[in-house]
Amino acid sequence: MSTLQGNDFEDGNVLGGPFAEIFVHDLTAATGRCRFCGLDGPMAAVHVYARAPGVVVRCPGCQEVLMRLVSTPRGLELDASGLAHLSWRL
Amino acid sequence: MTSELVGRAVLGWRVAELVESWPETASARALVLGVPDWPGHRAGQHVDLRLTGPDGYTTERSYSLASPAARSPGGWRLQLVVQRVQDGEVSPYLTDVFAAGNLIEVRGPIGGWFVWSPREGGGAPVLLVAGGSGIVPLMSMIRERRFRRDRTPFRLVYSLRTQADELFADELNRPGIGDGGVETFVVRTREDSPRSGRPAGRISAADLAAWGWPADFAPRCFVCGPTGFVEEVARLLLSLGHSPDDIKTERFGPSGP
Repeated sequence: MSTLQGNDFEDGNVLGGPFAEIFVHDLTAATGRCRFCGLDGPMAAVHVYARAPGVVVRCPGCQEVLMRLVSTPRGLELDASGLAHLSWRL
Repeated sequence: MTSELVGRAVLGWRVAELVESWPETASARALVLGVPDWPGHRAGQHVDLRLTGPDGYTTERSYSLASPAARSPGGWRLQLVVQRVQDGEVSPYLTDVFAAGNLIEVRGPIGGWFVWSPREGGGAPVLLVAGGSGIVPLMSMIRERRFRRDRTPFRLVYSLRTQADELFADELNRPGIGDGGVETFVVRTREDSPRSGRPAGRISAADLAAWGWPADFAPRCFVCGPTGFVEEVARLLLSLGHSPDDIKTERFGPSGP
């Protein structure tokens, strides 16, 4: 496995599959607001680090953690405390 | 989003069968999966594939869909292109071992943002910028345009290392019926392009200015490739005056899809 580097991330487009186990609506089609810097933008554009244990989602503006999704022996754990808001246009 | 596919309820895994496959380049293979109960998809969407070992270990990878959702007499067909990743865990299996008749699990369609359909955008022209195998979801858009008999003006700027790395070369270089209005320009990073007289080199603002659309036309821009490529192209498009709202990007990370 390669060494992690500064730009070793994917983007929010990859979140659709893993988060389909939790959300009824497609997360990549949602707009989210960062609780830290207030950036409001498409969840498809967030930075995703999937090589950590679980999936870590960072704000493309300030790099703070928006969400963490971890699969453990006890089940699935979601921490979305970095998000102030999520919205879907349906 | 108005598509019925966006907002679809929880995605489950379906069993797919490899119907046929062929080499696209020395290191990339096209796979056609037959999925009996596929719900359809939009150009630009992707799927997850899941492999399960004899000991129950499972691993998943995302792959962009290369063709429109089409139902043949034999059922739904999905086309993917898998680039073999050196020391990869999944791609060497899919390119070298996975054979017609073998089964695999597929989840999708996935993604509601990096998508194009003829009905959106009020006829604004489209600029597609591909880095390496980032061409795959963009090819899906070109094929969707043809499939739907749409006439939206398309320009594709396709950056690759050498001619030998070019995916869909025949289809892009000899446009067929329905591809009038699609213009393709290839940028090679490691060898000169004799036909255009462009020396080897990474994609530049001059390339995008010459072969893209003027920012005044407010084209919708779709950029897909490795992370560094996508960051650079997005920066160049902004410097040429394109609006951030018109630029959609999809990065496939350090190891490629």
